[in-house]
Amino acid sequence: MSARLELIRRSLPALLGGTVITIQMTVLILLFGVFFGLIFAFGQVYGNKPIRWFVNIYEKLFRSIPELVLLLLVFYGPPSIGIRISPFNAAVLGLSLRATAYMSQIFRGTFKSVGSDQITAAYSLGMGKYKTFLFVILPQAIRVFIPPFANEYAIILKDTSLAYALGVAELLRQGQYIIAVAYDPLTIFLVIAVIYFILTFGVTRLLKLLENKLKIPGIGVEIG
Amino acid sequence: MEDKNRSLLNIIDLKKSFGDNLVLDGISFSLDTGENKVIIGPSGTGKSTVLNCVNRLVVPDGGEIWLEDTEIISCNNINEIRQEIGYVFQGFGLFHHLTALRNVMLGLIRVKKVPKKEAKEQAIAKLEQVGLLDVLDSYPAQLSGGQKQRVAIARALAMEPKLMLFDEPTSALDPELIGEVLNVMKNLAREGMTMLVVTHEMGFARAVSDEIIFMEKGKIVEKSSPEKMFKQPENPRTREFLFKLDELYGKGGEE
Repeated sequence: MSARLELIRRSLPALLGGTVITIQMTVLILLFGVFFGLIFAFGQVYGNKPIRWFVNIYEKLFRSIPELVLLLLVFYGPPSIGIRISPFNAAVLGLSLRATAYMSQIFRGTFKSVGSDQITAAYSLGMGKYKTFLFVILPQAIRVFIPPFANEYAIILKDTSLAYALGVAELLRQGQYIIAVAYDPLTIFLVIAVIYFILTFGVTRLLKLLENKLKIPGIGVEIG
Repeated sequence: MEDKNRSLLNIIDLKKSFGDNLVLDGISFSLDTGENKVIIGPSGTGKSTVLNCVNRLVVPDGGEIWLEDTEIISCNNINEIRQEIGYVFQGFGLFHHLTALRNVMLGLIRVKKVPKKEAKEQAIAKLEQVGLLDVLDSYPAQLSGGQKQRVAIARALAMEPKLMLFDEPTSALDPELIGEVLNVMKNLAREGMTMLVVTHEMGFARAVSDEIIFMEKGKIVEKSSPEKMFKQPENPRTREFLFKLDELYGKGGEE
């Protein structure tokens, strides 16, 4: 037992180093996903036909390819036309392509969650499209956005472990290095699992608190 | 054409189709300041479309709509025109994330650019007018249907419109809540607000309207004073329709 504890104590710095990489990747993918997802959702809701068509194809495409295949394509694709891409960047890019597709769907759903009656009312007060979006749709959409966002965060965090396949020194890869030296896969994988759990549970918990804080009084009791 | 300068609202030969469906087939009427007209008719005859055209939520295919000296269909400042026209409809359209008070303040602050403190005072005054001082801080989901519709009326009034449109304002309400909304509307009419109302509430029509417009299949079948409309409608279709309404809602005027 004490040998195990000693192993954990000694491997923790390396594992936490990997955790930092994991968090960096997660944050970057979330940022890309939210940014481009928002733009794509706008295109889908307010854009003209070619834009809607493009977003539609994009979503279908990147939701249908397994993440690992996507990562490998992004990693091996650019070098074939002479562009060098680091494993870290390839992993972030590959997973961002997927995250954008899902985020745009989430955003679209949240925009549409605001009833047409409210939009009619805003227009008839003399609020144009822009003001209506900013002061009526957005404040409500943010609230609806939190639960699916928390879900998407958990998926992205866990998906970063796939970067292991490209050789990115994230949490799982760091674990493998340690296992190769000190042969005790179970202990190390358990520690890794606990770290992933804390990152997932902790953040989704915080988002839940935020969701409750922003909750509109009375909603859930009777919607009308 | 001189007429358009005299009336507050002048609708001339309004036409609208949705696909193959001809919804408005040459509607013309006008409304003077302080006048109160009620549009009645079977469902699907374009009554709501008329109102929606007046604030250009629906763009007509032909005709003209004049609000004083501005032609609404062709104007390029529709957001300014909409401030002049209050619109209250069946589904309330209250903003779910804002309290009753904030619902009324939003247009004042964001559209009229009234400073926050003044906007609050004005909003409270309008909510008082509709008898809702006790629910200023309630959210829409915490209000009854009648209260919601009264907030919606206060919100429209806060913009100080020249004209109020009501599109079946009581149709989504439980019977016992209809009275409170109609009372607010009656008071408004008495205070001289110009109103164009689509409703099946014949008691209201009889009590406050200057003219009742009976529409069917996109056309005005008959226009006359409520006394004449109820006592001796000229058109057999009007008679038939009013008879049906009586069966459904009881005799007009006995509320």
